Parts: sequence; structure tokens; C-alpha cells
Amino acid sequence: MNNVKLLKKLILTSLLMFAFAFALVPLYDVFCDITGLNGKPNMEQAKVSANSDESRSVRVTFITHAQAGAPFKVKAKRYSVDVSPGEMERIEFIAQNLSSSDKIMQAVPSVAPGRAAKYLHKVSCFCFNQQPLTSKGSADLPLLFYLDETLPNDIHEVTLSYTIYDITADVKGKVASNSNSDGELTNENSI
Amino acid sequence: MTTIAESHHHHHAPTGIKRWLFTTNHKDIGTLYLLFALLMFLTGGAMALVIRAELFQPGLQFVEPHFFNQMTTVHGLIMVFGAVMPAFTGLANWMIPMMIGAPDMALPRMNNWSFWILPFAFFILLMSLFMEGGGPAFGWTFYAPLSTTYSNDNTALFVFAVHIMGISSIMGAINVIVTIVNMRAPGMTYMKLPLFVWTWLITAFLLIAVMPVLAGAVTMVLTDKYFGTDFFNAAGGGDPVMFQHIFWFFGHPEVYIMILPAFGVISTIIPTFSRKKLFGYASMVYATASIAFLSFIVWAHHMFTTGMPLAGELFFMYSTMLISVPTGVKVFNWVATMWRGSISFEVPMLFSIAFIVLFTLGGFSGLMLAITPVDFQYHDTYFVVAHFHYVLVTGAVFSIMAGAYYWLPKWTGNMYHIGLAKAHFWLSLISVNILFFPMHFVGLAGMPRRIPDYALQFADFNALISIGGFAFGLSQLLFVAVVYKCAKGGQKVPAKVWDGAEGLEWEVDSPAPYHTFSEPPEVK
Ligand code: HEM
Ligand SMILES: [Cu+2]
Repeated sequence: MNNVKLLKKLILTSLLMFAFAFALVPLYDVFCDITGLNGKPNMEQAKVSANSDESRSVRVTFITHAQAGAPFKVKAKRYSVDVSPGEMERIEFIAQNLSSSDKIMQAVPSVAPGRAAKYLHKVSCFCFNQQPLTSKGSADLPLLFYLDETLPNDIHEVTLSYTIYDITADVKGKVASNSNSDGELTNENSI
Repeated sequence: MTTIAESHHHHHAPTGIKRWLFTTNHKDIGTLYLLFALLMFLTGGAMALVIRAELFQPGLQFVEPHFFNQMTTVHGLIMVFGAVMPAFTGLANWMIPMMIGAPDMALPRMNNWSFWILPFAFFILLMSLFMEGGGPAFGWTFYAPLSTTYSNDNTALFVFAVHIMGISSIMGAINVIVTIVNMRAPGMTYMKLPLFVWTWLITAFLLIAVMPVLAGAVTMVLTDKYFGTDFFNAAGGGDPVMFQHIFWFFGHPEVYIMILPAFGVISTIIPTFSRKKLFGYASMVYATASIAFLSFIVWAHHMFTTGMPLAGELFFMYSTMLISVPTGVKVFNWVATMWRGSISFEVPMLFSIAFIVLFTLGGFSGLMLAITPVDFQYHDTYFVVAHFHYVLVTGAVFSIMAGAYYWLPKWTGNMYHIGLAKAHFWLSLISVNILFFPMHFVGLAGMPRRIPDYALQFADFNALISIGGFAFGLSQLLFVAVVYKCAKGGQKVPAKVWDGAEGLEWEVDSPAPYHTFSEPPEVK
């Protein structure tokens, strides 16, 4: 093979590997999705469940955690519930905006143990949408979920954890950046 | 093939600074790479001494924690990308054409570019230290969100610098591959290639495979930080753990990029001074190839504590342990080569023997780290620091020293001052162990890495480590003195500097003439 031909092939390989780095991003999500690794729950709206397996009971605990600087307080009205796989349960969360300006929050769920993630189905969840909260305002946010009947037998406890982020600057920034060349999006609330 | 390489043979090389700026000669470029690597080695070393001065005593003495973090970060970046990698590229430039009987590298113009963009990368990186807010302070591994949410605005300079380093080493790697594939002298079949050439060929493929992934990772950091993407930002649907997967997919092959050429150097030197053929040439080639392949499937051993599922931890534990099999093959082959040889202890041999012993020690601590359950204790402690400094300093850096002492007479035509060189070796050997061995103990006792202060019970060991650090750092000035004196003059050496040496590079005069093998040699 002559030099130029080989050179072209090698450059092409480098470019492909550069693209591969970005391909890793969707691959990573697909991989976590299929295997349910990493505690990443399904973010699609699930169908309602018709029957349930009354012979088992699993304790589901809800914890929330506002990211450093995010001025929100979010709490489940019930700390934990015992459910049978397949049984639908509705949980209310109270969300408060502690700051004195209007804010938009985003909740990102995560499930422990990680392998339980793909068995947790959400029929509706406040985490599917951005949640605007007026200054010092609060809101009741519902979650309707069930555990899949195929949940492995050795799982007796599942924790659903929400991390609460302040995305006000991001949302406004994206709107603003259309007219403004300064695209930098920093979290203005981080202290 | 010859058109590119020969077009510049006929007009005369300019002199002075222009000679070096415009040179396309593989020997000139090799020299530039090596000198640049030495300069960076000293710069990174000075930063290490800042770190060790601060850690001499508990409490904060000399520097602010933020500056301390910049020192650990830039020390790591400079040693990896500025010292070890360019030094090996320098050796490749000098030696590969001479070893395979080629007149030059296959793509000399690109060769010039791949060197000359490098100083700019490090200029940018170093200058960012003096800007408001300081340079990168998130560790050489630049984990998100440290490098995105919590970094300062100068991060763009870091990203830009890493991009340039990456482009430089990809171009260097392409050149090595094209040279080896296309420019071997007639009769130089693949299984006759000297091992240094083989290990570099495989390293070059590793570089082409993973440097672009590093470029992708820094690009994602850049867009996350400045352009509102959310690759690593959970609030926007991204995942910071994914950063670590992408980084270590590059990072683990990268550590083999820094050690495979070292294996090549050691495999060249040990037979010379044992006066025997290398034991198990073919198994060396296959071991190198298997290490390169395995290096792609072990990356998550850097991430055992991120909450991987059990199956993943087991997979990465066993695959990591598997790597020590081909590595062990190499160590056994070197020892078997020395077995019953007529060994003499010239300076390159001293460094090579130290390499075998101390690199193996680093391999052992690596094996300990590979055991998932115990890694939960060792992770992010000084034990890890001890591990990678044994494989990188007494491994990669010692092999570069060995190579320099082996080929310096060929490059300059002069023998260096042997007494001074031996002093350099012994001082380095003793001080490097005072420096890194106690790190195992403080690490096992729980001292975390990358922290400017520590608990009182670690004080004695840290004082000792710092003394070793300064002794090792100062000893390297002897190396500078040896090289300088050798370049200036000394006892003239014959073409075949070492009587047990084999290979085409010893058939050309010493110093190696500006153009060698314009007529390809006959290889039997
Ligand atoms: C027998 C072979 C080896 C094994 C089993 C091994 C294993 C490991 C493991 C498990 C870690 C992660 C430790 C932790 O963070 O908790 C590690 C870290 C590291 N290893 Fe090795 N290793 C080996 C050889 C090498 C070689 C040859 C090099 C380089 C020449 C190297 C360079 C590094 C570096 C730089 C790190 C630390 C990276 C960082 O966190 O900054 N290792 N090694
Ligand atoms: Cu590794």
C-alpha cells in the first residue's frame, strides 16, 4: 500500500474513533436501559397495571435530595409504602421553592439497588416534566407507580431517590441565547 | 514511497534556529522531541517538589489548597503528555528508521508539524496557571462535574491544550505506522523487526484508537461547560459516571501506551549486556499484542467504587488480572535472557535491571488494586499513587533513561562520563525508593491522595517521602549534566558502541550521519 493511501486510512480511523467517543453516549444509555444498570429508571410513561401478585410485599422508600445550591425542599408525604408487585400506588410529594424568585425545578430519579431500576414503572411522575414554582410557592406533585411482577424474588426493598436540580438559568439561558451570543450557562444559585 | 522522503535530501539544510524549525530529518526531530521531553520532565518535576514541600509537614505551609490542586493536576498532565510520551516519540523518531534500514520517516513534513505544535500546547497549559482563577485544578483525570460545573473559565485553555497534544500524538503515531509498514529494508520481515519497533507499532495503533476518544471527552466537557449541552449533567438527562467510562476507555490503554515502548527498550538492552539472544522473541510479540488487546476491556477497574453491579465488578476484576499473564511472560523472558548470560553492568543495563525489579513491584501493587473488595479500601489513597509511580517512574522513565544511556554515544559519537552516569543511577535508585515505597504504607493506612494536608500519624512517613522526592529531583540534574557534557565532547566511540549489541543502528558510523540508509541495506 502506498503512503498516501495508508495515511488516508489511518486518518479516517482516527476520525471514526472520535465519532465513536460520541457514539458511546447513546450506547451507554442503551446499555444501561437494557441491563437496568446504574439505577437509571425508565423515563417513559408506563401503561397501567391490571393484576398484582399478592403473595409478595416489597417496601418502597422515597428519598429526595436537593443539589447544592438548589433552593427547593421536596418531601414525600409518606416516607415509605409496602406494595405487592403489580399493585399501583399513588404518592404525593410536596415541593417548596425557598427562594424569593420564580424558579424551575427538575427532579431526576434513581433507583437502588440498581438492578431493580428496570422493574419500576411510572404511570405518571412529576419527574417527566420541568416544574415551575413561584417565589416562596409550593405545589403537590403526584407519582403513580408500580413494580413489575417479574421483580426478582430476592429484592425486598427498593429505594427511589430524586435529586432536585435548579434549571431556571438553563431554561432561561436557552431562550436568551437565541438573541445573545454569550451562551454560557452557569448555575447562578451555586454558592 | 521514496519521493516524499528524498525530495529534501538534495538541498542543504539551513543553519541556526531555522534548521530546527523547518527540519524534516528524523534525527533532528527525534532530538527535538527528546530535549522537549527533558525540559517538561524538569518542569513537571519542579511542580512535584512544590507538592512534596507542602506535604513535608501536616498543616498548610507554603501554598493555598487551590494552588496545590493545580500543581497535582498540571504535574500529572505534563509528565504523561509532555515528558513520557514525547520522549518515546523522540526515541521512535531517532531509532525506528535506523533499525529498519529506512532513510527517514515516511511522512517527514507531518513529522515536523507533529513536533512543533507540541510546545504551543504546553505553553497554553502553563500560562493558564498565571491567569486569574488559575489553571486546571481537577486532577489529570478531569472528572465531571469537577471540570464542568466546578471549574473556572480557563478550562477552555486546558481543553484546547489537550486537543493539540492529542493531534500531535495521533500524527506521530500515523507516521510510525506508515514508516514501519512501508519503509522496511528488503528482507526485514515483520518477525525480524527489533522488539522496540514491534512495541512501537502496537503502541501507535493504541494511540490512534484512544487519543480521539480523549479528544471526544474534552470536547464534551467543553460543550457542557460553555455551550449548554448535558452530556455529564444529570439535571439535563446526562450522567457524570459516563464521563468516567469514556475517560478510562482512553485512560487504561493510555497507561499501556506509556509502557509498551518501555518494554521494547528493555528487550533491546538486556540481550546486549547479557550477550545472548532475547529469549522467546515470538512470545514477546504476542504478549505485547495481547496486552494491547486486553487493555481495552479493563477500564472500569478505575471505577470499582462507583456502584457497579456485581457482575461488572467481577468481569473487570478478572480481565484486569488476566493482563498480568502476558506481562509476566515478558518479565520471565527478560530474566531467562539474563540467565547464564555473560552479564556486564554498564549504565543502560543497570537501569534495565532496576526496571525489571521495580516495574514488577508496580505490577504486584496493581494486582492488589485489581482485587475489587480490597480496592474499596485502597482506591484514591496513596497506595494508588505508589502503584502508578512504580510503573511509570521506575518503569517508563527508567526505561527512557536506559535508552538514552544506550544510544547517546550513537547520537553524539562520544562516550558520556561513566562515573557521573553511575552516580546518577545509584542516587536515583535509592532516592526513588525512599520517595515511593513508603507511599504504600501511608496509603494502606488511609491517607487520601490529592489533599494538601493530612492526619498527624502520617507525618513521619511524609517527611521521609519528601526527602526522597527532593533527592530524586536533584539527582536528575546529574542526568542533564551527563547529557550536556556528552553532547559537547568526550571519548570517541566506534560504530558498534557495545560489543554485544545487534541491529542495523550499530552498522552506521557514530555519531550517526545526518542521512543514513539512503541505500537500503541487505537484511538476511
Ligand atoms: C499488572 C498490571 C496492572 C494492574 C493489574 C493494574 C491495576 C490497576 C488498578 C486496579 C488501578 C486502579 C486503582 C484505583 O484507582 O483504586 C490502577 C491505577 C493506575 N495504574 Fe495500574 N495496573 C497495572 C499496570 C499498570 C501500568 C503498566 C501502568 C502504566 C505504565 C499503570 C498505571 C496506572 C495509573 C496511572 C493508575 C492511576 C490512575 C489515576 O487514578 O490517576 N498501571 N492500576
Ligand atoms: Cu487501568
